[in-house]
Amino acid sequence: MKTSMRLTVWMLLFFTVYANCQSKMVLIKGGEYIPLYGRDSTKVKVKNFYIDVYPVTNQEFVTFVKKNPNWKRSKTIRLFADSSYLSNWKSDTELNEHQKEKSPITNVSWFAAKNYCENQGKRLPTVDEWEYVAMANKTMPDARTLKNYNKFILSWYEKPKTYNQEIGSTFENYWKVYDLHGLVWEWTSDFNSVLITGESRKDVDTDSDLFCGSAAVNATDLMNYAAFMRYAIRGSLKAKYTMKNLGFRCVKDEK
Amino acid sequence: MKIFKTLCVLFIASSIFTSCKNEEKKALAYTDTSEIYIKGTMDAVLTSPPFVPAPIGDRTAKKLIVNMEIIEKEGTMSDGVTYIYWTFGGSVPGSFIRTRVGDLVEFTLSNHPDNKLPHNIDMHAVTGPGGGATSSFVAPGHSKTFSFKTLNPGLYVYHCATAPVGMHIANGMYGLILVEPEGGLPKVDKEYYIMQGDFYTKGDNGAKGLQPFDMTKAVKEDADYVVFNGKVGALTGNKAITANVGETVRLYVGNGGPNLTSSFHVIGEIFDKVHIEGGSLINENVQTTSIPAGGSVIVEFKVEVPGTFIIVDHAIFRAFNKGALAMLKVSGEDNKKLYSGVRQEGIYHPEGGTIQTMPENDQKEMVVNSKEKPLAQKIADGKQLYMTTCFACHQSEGQGIPNAFPPLAKSDYLNADVKRAIGIVLNGKTGEITINGKKYNSVMTKQTLSDSEIADVLTYVYNSWGNNKTNVTVNQVKEAKK
Repeated sequence: MKTSMRLTVWMLLFFTVYANCQSKMVLIKGGEYIPLYGRDSTKVKVKNFYIDVYPVTNQEFVTFVKKNPNWKRSKTIRLFADSSYLSNWKSDTELNEHQKEKSPITNVSWFAAKNYCENQGKRLPTVDEWEYVAMANKTMPDARTLKNYNKFILSWYEKPKTYNQEIGSTFENYWKVYDLHGLVWEWTSDFNSVLITGESRKDVDTDSDLFCGSAAVNATDLMNYAAFMRYAIRGSLKAKYTMKNLGFRCVKDEK
Repeated sequence: MKIFKTLCVLFIASSIFTSCKNEEKKALAYTDTSEIYIKGTMDAVLTSPPFVPAPIGDRTAKKLIVNMEIIEKEGTMSDGVTYIYWTFGGSVPGSFIRTRVGDLVEFTLSNHPDNKLPHNIDMHAVTGPGGGATSSFVAPGHSKTFSFKTLNPGLYVYHCATAPVGMHIANGMYGLILVEPEGGLPKVDKEYYIMQGDFYTKGDNGAKGLQPFDMTKAVKEDADYVVFNGKVGALTGNKAITANVGETVRLYVGNGGPNLTSSFHVIGEIFDKVHIEGGSLINENVQTTSIPAGGSVIVEFKVEVPGTFIIVDHAIFRAFNKGALAMLKVSGEDNKKLYSGVRQEGIYHPEGGTIQTMPENDQKEMVVNSKEKPLAQKIADGKQLYMTTCFACHQSEGQGIPNAFPPLAKSDYLNADVKRAIGIVLNGKTGEITINGKKYNSVMTKQTLSDSEIADVLTYVYNSWGNNKTNVTVNQVKEAKK
């Protein structure tokens, strides 16, 4: 009896996992936008692409690790994920009792995130793709000049432990995408490029983006302050780093 | 001959020149702190405000290991008001670091895994790009180590310099690092660590609940709170800093800003010494000293008399309306030679030395109720009158104020003569009197009370604090007026 119960539970679990295997995506219609690091003349083109509606969840990542034992905590090479990789899990393939299946996966490195997406036939979004989708609020594709939009982002910085929330617990934006703000930071494929190329900020050279000087140059309004934090966190990362507040979602080109 | 002369002049000139050069070299060798030899390794002791680590004394320059953790956490700004502080070491201001000139500081900055944001540290004591900021930029759940040699003695501010810098500082990410000169600063009796900061909250000063940071107000420099050590009342009441009479107090004071310059002042003290801007220049006998945002000062003063000394930003609305107020409690024996306390209280009479008259209110006589009220009612009404009219001088329990206002409790003078007591309330009293064996020489003004009110308040007084329970009647008051 007990075994049959267990079996059904497993079957059910397996089924839901299977159903969720290819998580829901929506099409983002491409266009041009001026990123934080740009000025009027430097519009950036973004092509059409599909994006995951939600960040990747704990449960989804457990499934991934089970299928790809190389990404087990105990097997991962330190070069690809630092020592806090999946450090909150109970074991190589089990979540801790405090972790919810539907919470976003965090404490994963860029390498792990990238591999996860590739396994699904997807890829990590570029900074521009991510920012393009994330500049929307509930009703407008570009809400960056709105006070409320920026206040929401800034207020998230002051809310502790939002990584424990479940996916979908923040707002659905113009593109019908959830949780870009208010849950966790997200990896992008070229997370460090703004700082590395340094093409952007006037009057400053590349690495001064890291401290006072550059912040003072262009950023006076609320909009820049909200966005600066994202560029700052990206700039602080290395590809093997993992963080409690950092997850990811995947994108796919339009065929 | 001419050639010889020129040669001579040249020779002399060059000899002067070379000797000058030599002296310069010597001076240089003496002040080149980068050459100070390092002997041994030690872990730095860090302290939370208002305390500072032990002085360096005469220790040699060492390799000094400093570990500091960044913690983002909720704290109390004021009664019923909370705020998410970003901190170095869990406190605002951050932990105090004490080094000596020539130390090689190996600094490890750790960013707690629960934190959301990357941080770094820019120490004004560092000679190097970004004051260490470039080398210490650290993501949550990680740590960075860098090292620097302390070249210049002084008191320096450190702060977070991650974009947006203003927000990081406004949330409390600043502290002080002291670089003592060779042999240490002169010994004093008490040392404390105080740092001012301005805070910008969504709700106005006093609005309850968790208050988020308000960027717009910060840009406008419109502070809701200006405080010492991160919150209103961090150094008042039983958290006041203390000293004993005769001790020399040294305060290491910083100003984290982000915006406001402090007009630092201790009410009732004069700074004997001020290390201007935390540097080597010492000014003496200073009342108020400026501390720029991102700057510091070391002040020293000997406390000669006991009492509570209020520490303020003398841009005074900040002190009394925004929280920039701290206390230094000095205990010990009075020193009347230096400060007398209240010696005599008088009333200033521009028109001459007669007893001052309050304007009479004729109306009151009209509503006098000639019927006597019950005793309990009189006592109750009298108590109310007492608390509004008499309480300020004679105090809540009739105890008076020693040497200034005579007691009404168990007062032989009062109990001896009811008629005299009524007369004093009606007409005031000036000149020396003796009460319970002590002399008082003060002034009581004539009170504008109706007859029944005088009867009530005196009945209350006579029926309180061990007095003889006389029931003063309206008729007695009327009688006394004649």
